Amino acid sequence: MENVIEFHNVSKKFASFEIDQLNLKVKKGYITGFIGTNGAGKSTIIKMIMNILQPDTGDVHVFGLQQPQAEKVIKSRLGFVYDQNIFYPWLNLQEIQKMIAPTYPTWDQATFLHYVEQFELPMKKAIKHFSKGMQTKASLAIALSHHAELLIMDEPTAGLDPAFRMELMAIFQQVMVEEGRSIFFSTHTTSDLERYADYIVVLDQGKILLHAPTDEILQNYVVVKGSNTLLDRDTKAHFIHIIQETHTFRALASCKREIADIFGEHVVMENISLDELIFYLKAAQRQ
Amino acid sequence: MEIIISNSSKEPIYEQIYKQIQAKILTGELTEGTPLPSIRQLAKDLHISVITTKRAYEELEKAGFIYLIVGKGSFVAEQNMSVIREKKLRVIEEQLQDVIANSKEIGLPYEELQALLKLLYEE
Repeated sequence: MENVIEFHNVSKKFASFEIDQLNLKVKKGYITGFIGTNGAGKSTIIKMIMNILQPDTGDVHVFGLQQPQAEKVIKSRLGFVYDQNIFYPWLNLQEIQKMIAPTYPTWDQATFLHYVEQFELPMKKAIKHFSKGMQTKASLAIALSHHAELLIMDEPTAGLDPAFRMELMAIFQQVMVEEGRSIFFSTHTTSDLERYADYIVVLDQGKILLHAPTDEILQNYVVVKGSNTLLDRDTKAHFIHIIQETHTFRALASCKREIADIFGEHVVMENISLDELIFYLKAAQRQ
Repeated sequence: MEIIISNSSKEPIYEQIYKQIQAKILTGELTEGTPLPSIRQLAKDLHISVITTKRAYEELEKAGFIYLIVGKGSFVAEQNMSVIREKKLRVIEEQLQDVIANSKEIGLPYEELQALLKLLYEE
């Protein structure tokens, strides 16, 4: 299957944080959710995709083209929605559109006006007076108006109310109806991803801990609860991470069926949420 | 095409889609050659991921309920109703054997079992 983003052995060192030999392949035509705790390195990776940061070693490819050489072509084909206002705050949408439109050969004025209307955005109000949700919508309207094949978003739903988040997810799905489009976005609101995202990437301390289809994760990973007496060296090997209390344990396992075969009725198995998954994977990683 | 997905159901979403489309084909609501919505359109309409929808379509294709024409989409396949009936009958037979075994365990006479079945069937 074709990949829209590829990282090959990418390393980037900071004073307190490091990405070491990271490999990542994001599939074309799907929504991929990028999750992990604060400081996991999500924004760093997104910045490298956008060529805002450059890796020390290794290659970054977008649409099969290499950064930074192909930056101009890549930028014209993708839309970037950042968690901060990237526009000149004192300008209004009309002025911004006049400035941005000529820079995209594929700019579609009709589509832009359509989204401005759908998102109920005022054309003549300075961006600095927009709410957070309106700013996100404005970025999105611009990204969608040059027919971006790939939308990259760094926490587009951060600080937004639930109703707006649901609206945004519906817009993403509308975007995805067109064959060949891809969305890659980081978020802390994992409940949005459980339904809509095709793939999940879990990042911690600059390392990818898991990259799999959402369906597969939610069907196979389980939280297991039981008595400490069930744990010995053999049974422990079936868990990714175990938390023991005085008499009982709870643990993460990656194969529901295997656990059911081994422990049967002696344990309680619960479907996992992505939040719990991050928690357990992170704990296992730190051990 | 009406499909309703329950988020609180224990049944995986792809299975819910599979079963509902299968039922529509078996009851004749969807006839041979009827085009199904595209995977992406259905994903959007049901507010679920593309992969989930794709999986349901793939399973339906494997089971012979639909076929795919690249570039055109998915269509309802011709159904051999006598084969499907045959399969269903075999399943019913197996289930009845379980019922009989259970009845014998508690010494339930045939007449009583028959009366119970009649009552439930006509409910």
